[in-house]
Amino acid sequence: MITCQGKSVFSGVAIGKIFVYKKAENTVEKYQIEDPAAEFERFKAAQAKAITQLQALYEKTCKDIGEEEAMIFEMHQQLLEDLDYVESIQGIIENDKLNAEYAVFVTAEQFAAMFIAMNDEYMSGRAVDVKDVSERVISILNGSQVSAEAMPEPVIILAEDLAPSETVQFEKDKLLAFVTQKGSANSHTAILARMMNLPSLVTTDIELNMEYHDKMAIVDGFTGKIYIEPDEVTMAEMKEKQKRAEERRRMLQTLKGLPTVTKSGKHVHLYANIGGVEDVDAVLENDCEGIGLFRSEFLYLGREDYPSEEEQFEAYKTVISRMAGKKVIIRTLDIGADKQADYFNIAKEENPALGFRAIRICLERVDMFKTQLRAIYRASAYGKASIMFPMIISVSEIIRIKEIVEEVKEELRQNDIPFGDVELGIMVETPAAVMISDQLAAEVEFFSIGTNDLTQYTLAIDRQNQALEPFYDAHHDAVLRMIQKTIENAHAHGAWCGICGELGADMELTRRFVQMGIDELSVSPPFTLELRKKIREID
Amino acid sequence: MKEIKYVVTDPLGIHARPAGLIVKMAAGYKSAITIDNGAKKADAKRIMAVMSMGIKQGQEITVTVDGEDEDVAAPAIETFLKENC
Repeated sequence: MITCQGKSVFSGVAIGKIFVYKKAENTVEKYQIEDPAAEFERFKAAQAKAITQLQALYEKTCKDIGEEEAMIFEMHQQLLEDLDYVESIQGIIENDKLNAEYAVFVTAEQFAAMFIAMNDEYMSGRAVDVKDVSERVISILNGSQVSAEAMPEPVIILAEDLAPSETVQFEKDKLLAFVTQKGSANSHTAILARMMNLPSLVTTDIELNMEYHDKMAIVDGFTGKIYIEPDEVTMAEMKEKQKRAEERRRMLQTLKGLPTVTKSGKHVHLYANIGGVEDVDAVLENDCEGIGLFRSEFLYLGREDYPSEEEQFEAYKTVISRMAGKKVIIRTLDIGADKQADYFNIAKEENPALGFRAIRICLERVDMFKTQLRAIYRASAYGKASIMFPMIISVSEIIRIKEIVEEVKEELRQNDIPFGDVELGIMVETPAAVMISDQLAAEVEFFSIGTNDLTQYTLAIDRQNQALEPFYDAHHDAVLRMIQKTIENAHAHGAWCGICGELGADMELTRRFVQMGIDELSVSPPFTLELRKKIREID
Repeated sequence: MKEIKYVVTDPLGIHARPAGLIVKMAAGYKSAITIDNGAKKADAKRIMAVMSMGIKQGQEITVTVDGEDEDVAAPAIETFLKENC
């Protein structure tokens, strides 16, 4: 039995086999080969395998999503079979007597450069396709590939770190836990793990050893430990622990249907944070009173092109209809920083957290912003929708947003498309917004404090940088005073104020937030009942 | 040898998806099939080459079909262009 220690981001116990998830090696070796014919055969075998995988991905996508979305994988197969592409690789192997990995790498770079040189935003995006399929072949060649689509049964994912676009590609019913070497309690993998109710560990001192692949393991989300090939005693102990955790979960179920009020009768709205349509089940399951944060960027991630208005409308409409008259607060696109999609073609930034992201992208790319707003307004006819805007720093941004919103509404009216009464609010997640929260509150109907970014910007601590953990204090007085000031200014100017960041679920602070006068807490669905219990115990 | 002239109407031009469909279709015929937009020429069976032409909306392209099955291939390609590009 091997025991490793990490930092737990969600409690619970998961028992199952390990799946080692490795990204394709970034460094491609270059070396001379003796037998070009054999080397080219090695390439042909890897190419055939990659095409089979892409075909499987095509079929899976056809079945799960639709043929339209699946076609990209058919195009990817064609790229791999392209004669110019193959001839280039063959040339490098045969004439220069270099290894197949290197030949594929150089060829991909050349074709990618050709697409980028076309000076056409759409076509330069195809450079990504060429590199993507080439990386697949390279990882087959150098044996580093374990593809995400090959998971036969629910597994514990072991990875160095996971980007949001990687996390979303896993099928939710095939996941038992995430265990990562890097990451932090605030990383998006951690947020997703909580969302999906998966006991998970970050900053784990575990090797990314291929020998662990398929081995039985236990993740203990209470202690942050992972046991690989556990002995019988540990297994029995953990099964017992899993059972107790399950019982506690059942006890919390008895709180369903009860109001979230303190003993003195102060009501706190208990809402849920979600990333997509598929999370609504968890929202209803945990008896959340509304949705306080619908992270719409997940509609934009893990894909090749912008989602259409129809596609977004369907997603918003489904969530709003299923919530049946309960409030659904949709946050407009919050992409940038640690959430990236290649087709946005955002230039590489030295400091993305302080860069071109969220509302800044929307206000520069107004057509894209309007598409999203139109989709939300159309969906608002089916229930109770609210919109909030991320990364606000100035009153002028709100004025501009309201102008755009008015244009969208006017267009809808002219086309006789119905829409509901939509409450507008903002995320308060920059120290700037806190400092002028009195002015901002006069312009909007509500605030939702995004404590993750607010903490990172207030403390000047990068939330992705684990080396800074010793300096990081989630309960830093500076942050708590920011929250207090925001709530006071909201109330003084007729707006309500909630928290949708991770601090909202921090039970050690619940009492304090209630004393500060917080109106709403929006948390991952699995925390709802626990939090309701806590609030009901406050005097 | 058969020749088809066609003005592209798709707002995105012949982007990745139609290029993929053209290549898939061209590969089904024995004839040599080339696309010419005046500036560049490409073998219609090679996707990288077709995509790299960067054919835009409003551009006229000339497709040349030359080979034993050109009588079947040419009309099929013409219909395809009208429906998809």
